[in-house]
Amino acid sequence: MATQTITDETHPSINVCLTDEPLELMVAETSSKEPWLAHPDAGAMLWFRGVTRRKTVQGDRVTVTKELSYTAHREMAAKQLRELAHDAVKEFTLHRVVIWHRLGVVPIGQASVIVGCSSSHRVASLDAVATIMDRLKRDVPIWKQERFESGDRQWIHPSPTTDDPTTH
Amino acid sequence: MTQPHSIEVLLFAGASEAAGGADRVIVLTHENATVSELMQQLAEQHSSLASLAMRSRLAVDQRYVSSDHVIPMNAEVALIPPVSGG
Repeated sequence: MATQTITDETHPSINVCLTDEPLELMVAETSSKEPWLAHPDAGAMLWFRGVTRRKTVQGDRVTVTKELSYTAHREMAAKQLRELAHDAVKEFTLHRVVIWHRLGVVPIGQASVIVGCSSSHRVASLDAVATIMDRLKRDVPIWKQERFESGDRQWIHPSPTTDDPTTH
Repeated sequence: MTQPHSIEVLLFAGASEAAGGADRVIVLTHENATVSELMQQLAEQHSSLASLAMRSRLAVDQRYVSSDHVIPMNAEVALIPPVSGG
């Protein structure tokens, strides 16, 4: 499997990565060596893991997903993720921020994105993770293709009308 | 009078698929074309991309730019359909 990992080592608070490898493996292999969110002044550490969902219900319509496949404008996406992370550190006064996104095929139940934040108090990290995810889904040039159990494939290019909070 | 000029536009995801799997298309335009002019010419010259282009943004040198932005010579130009990461 091809691997392309892009990290930003220029700022000690930030770790950003685009990778073709399973994020679960990265977490398992690195978490004991690299306490990503640890900081002596942190009173809150928050991790969010976005995973591939099998079933999507929209009204009466149920679709069953086999897997998702992600592609990106890699260079631009890496820049956007770094900018997002830098902005979040400033805006929410974070001690650490981690944004990892997987590309390629992601089977059901595996993580496509992991965001972590640490801050002095909980509200900053709770708000920061939500904001980072919103901005990532709005601006970072990464696209997913939904591959259904029926064999159909569909690129997801959301519009405000398709980003429906009642979908589950 | 501005000179004829061609700009290569990078394609991704559904835009690439709509263009038959191509990862870029050439758009014939003129020097100092703005983003809105290029988008219109892209839609006219590559009809399979017209509907998605209407919902897409243009990135110039890997930054989103406004519709009146003048595209510099030799810039990287990318059509960015609505994104769906996460």
